[in-house]
Amino acid sequence: MTFVRPARRVLIAAASMSALFIAAACGGGGGAPSGGGSSAAAVDFSKQGDIEVWHGKDVSGNFAKQIKAFNDSHPNGKVTDHELPDNADQQRQQMIQNTQIKNPKMAVLSVDVVWTAEFAAKGYIEALPADQFPTTGFIPATVDSATYFNKLYAYPATSDGGLLYYRKDLLDKYGLKPPTSFDEMKAACDKIQAGEKDSKLGCFAGQYNKYEGLTVNFDEAVHGAGGVIVGDDGKPNVATPEATKGLQTLTDWFKDGHIPKAAITWQEEQGRQAFQKGQLIFHRNWGYVYNLASKNDGSSDIVGKFDVAPLPGITGPGVSSLGGHNYAIAKNAENKGTAVDFLKFISSKEQQKSSSLATSNSPVLEELYSDPDLTKKFPFMPTQLKSIQGAKPRPKAVEYGDVTLAIQDAAYGALQGQTQPDAALQALQAKLQTLIK
Amino acid sequence: MATATAEPRSLPATEGDGHKHKKNALSDGQGRLAWILLAPTLIIIAVVAGIPVILSFWESLHQTNSGVDPTTGMIAGGDKFVGLQNFTDIFTGANPVTGSYGTMDRFWNAFLNTTFITIVCVLLETVIGVAMALIMAKAFRGRGIVRAGILVPWAIPTIVSALMWKLIFDSSGVMNRILGTQILWLADTGASFWAIVIADTWKTAPFIGLLTLAGLQTIPAEVYEAAKVDGATTWQQFVRITLPMVKPALVVAVLFRTLDTLRMFDLPYGMIGPGKYRVETLSVFAYQEAAQTRYGPAAAYAIILFIYVLLVAFLFVRILGAEVVGDADGKPKKKKKGDNEPAGPPATALEMAGGAH
Repeated sequence: MTFVRPARRVLIAAASMSALFIAAACGGGGGAPSGGGSSAAAVDFSKQGDIEVWHGKDVSGNFAKQIKAFNDSHPNGKVTDHELPDNADQQRQQMIQNTQIKNPKMAVLSVDVVWTAEFAAKGYIEALPADQFPTTGFIPATVDSATYFNKLYAYPATSDGGLLYYRKDLLDKYGLKPPTSFDEMKAACDKIQAGEKDSKLGCFAGQYNKYEGLTVNFDEAVHGAGGVIVGDDGKPNVATPEATKGLQTLTDWFKDGHIPKAAITWQEEQGRQAFQKGQLIFHRNWGYVYNLASKNDGSSDIVGKFDVAPLPGITGPGVSSLGGHNYAIAKNAENKGTAVDFLKFISSKEQQKSSSLATSNSPVLEELYSDPDLTKKFPFMPTQLKSIQGAKPRPKAVEYGDVTLAIQDAAYGALQGQTQPDAALQALQAKLQTLIK
Repeated sequence: MATATAEPRSLPATEGDGHKHKKNALSDGQGRLAWILLAPTLIIIAVVAGIPVILSFWESLHQTNSGVDPTTGMIAGGDKFVGLQNFTDIFTGANPVTGSYGTMDRFWNAFLNTTFITIVCVLLETVIGVAMALIMAKAFRGRGIVRAGILVPWAIPTIVSALMWKLIFDSSGVMNRILGTQILWLADTGASFWAIVIADTWKTAPFIGLLTLAGLQTIPAEVYEAAKVDGATTWQQFVRITLPMVKPALVVAVLFRTLDTLRMFDLPYGMIGPGKYRVETLSVFAYQEAAQTRYGPAAAYAIILFIYVLLVAFLFVRILGAEVVGDADGKPKKKKKGDNEPAGPPATALEMAGGAH
């Protein structure tokens, strides 16, 4: 019986402690206002000194080499490599948190194209001095992705567009050409699947899990059917017959199995693996897949059996969503002069080429797409250029996180057959009208 | 200063106390010493828990300015005081989402998810945990291996087990191979809920098992022997001896699990992913709001979760704990008299069992 009373005290103590820690763990973070509204009149872009570059994972190891090259040629301000986690959301959060604590060392940010509006509007990054950052020769879509209210907030560095990977061996066998529309793609699939009699061979897949990739694929379907998410006047206009046709097509393809049911859980990697195992005839993915699917180490069953084509459209020409990263200068950076020098260095023709050769990332300078070294190593570069030139940006919104979630809510429900596409898009339109004004 | 002047006075008091006022002097001196000894702990708790809680409550009364200047595209920034608006906003239904319980405000959807996941998980974990403890308590060959094996899941960090189960529940993963079907566990369907329940039960049933085992080992073997002599069946022994006597330990274990499960984050976020409304818990929702730099509402949701957890803990102590405590006081004595007096001396085992009940 002596056990009894301590037990009760333990209960109370445990209860209150756990409760305390929950609230403690979830709270905090507001911090001081970042003062985004202040006019950029007196920004000092000349002060030299040591800086940090905040960027995502340097998978190829080439970025470290580029930083070393910069430091060797730039004695009055050294750059330190600050590598962030692989996950884009975590990168964004760390950048925001360090803006709020006014970290003076965080100087150059590798900004995803969809963050430009938020970072610019909230004053996390500086508008770049136009006279120092010419954009001639850059693919216009990439410059647009770094622009907010007619000001350049980041210097384009890498771009990305969606590609249609297809099984060249199978298409050749049945005398087919790469499809330019979803209807052609469906006909090709039916012909190949009827001939191959392989129950594991699926037709087509992109990225349909509920994450940023779904926004990308939904946008492409809507644009490929002649619709828009946000019109030229900056107002959402997604409850249209064209947009409905786009979403309806994806929904139908899920229903009749031309897109495998499992693709509702796929991100880039699951789709790539299915394609590499020979389980898909057509696959929508980014440029990085080309290198991996060509690897001769046994990881890919389709080495030499595939090729790339521009994305097919639904009623019109195929349109890719634009990806990529640009470099921006953080508001609270102490040594913005060095940051300016680094931005110019990293986006120079030589550095873009070296980076593309090492990572298969797409450069932003148009002329590099006909560079013999690059096209020799990556034969898909000319196709990629077409994809990026015709690419449409995802909606530019300050609260982009809310916009992309609203799009995902609408698309995911429709693809799973829980809502009708037209109803889903009407709900999306209503939601976007409150988010994009 | 206060301690310096107080100490010399307290010393003679203790000395003189041995003869006259024992009780007062002892507690005086010990109380002061206790405060001094406890001070570091109390300061640390205040710094790591107390101050953050107060700050996050303060945060929950604010909202970030979000108006965009139509000519420059800039946001003014800064926080404004909004009073309890972040708390009252959950009743306006301004943010409807569709989850397992129909279309409702995202907060209430998360609240229901949190509640149902907790109820189902803790129930299953308790049943399986107690079964594990009974197995672990038995003496048999290879008991060490069984004990270690049962405890392995508990030793794996939750986020690691979340990623592990993500592979298992993949559309072409092990689970679907075994079942011979293609259930889309990770696709925000009803199956996602059960994926969470399975993964959480797998990981934390051993915790209940471990604490229950500790409780089981305090039960003296004579009690069971006496029960056997009285002709009690195995089931009667379990219900009338084991369960009542292990109850204090089991209640603590269940309470810990309940509090822990109410704040569940890693499994829904790591395994199923963010924005999946059928498994979005309050912790995930608060985190997502904070990620959207809406710190005020995020803090408000965290505070509500905090109060919810406190309430559940309080109910636990009142309903389950109070019964345990009631034992030592007057109430059960009447029962004891009624039940056990006629049985007389040989009823020691039943007396203990009945007493704890």
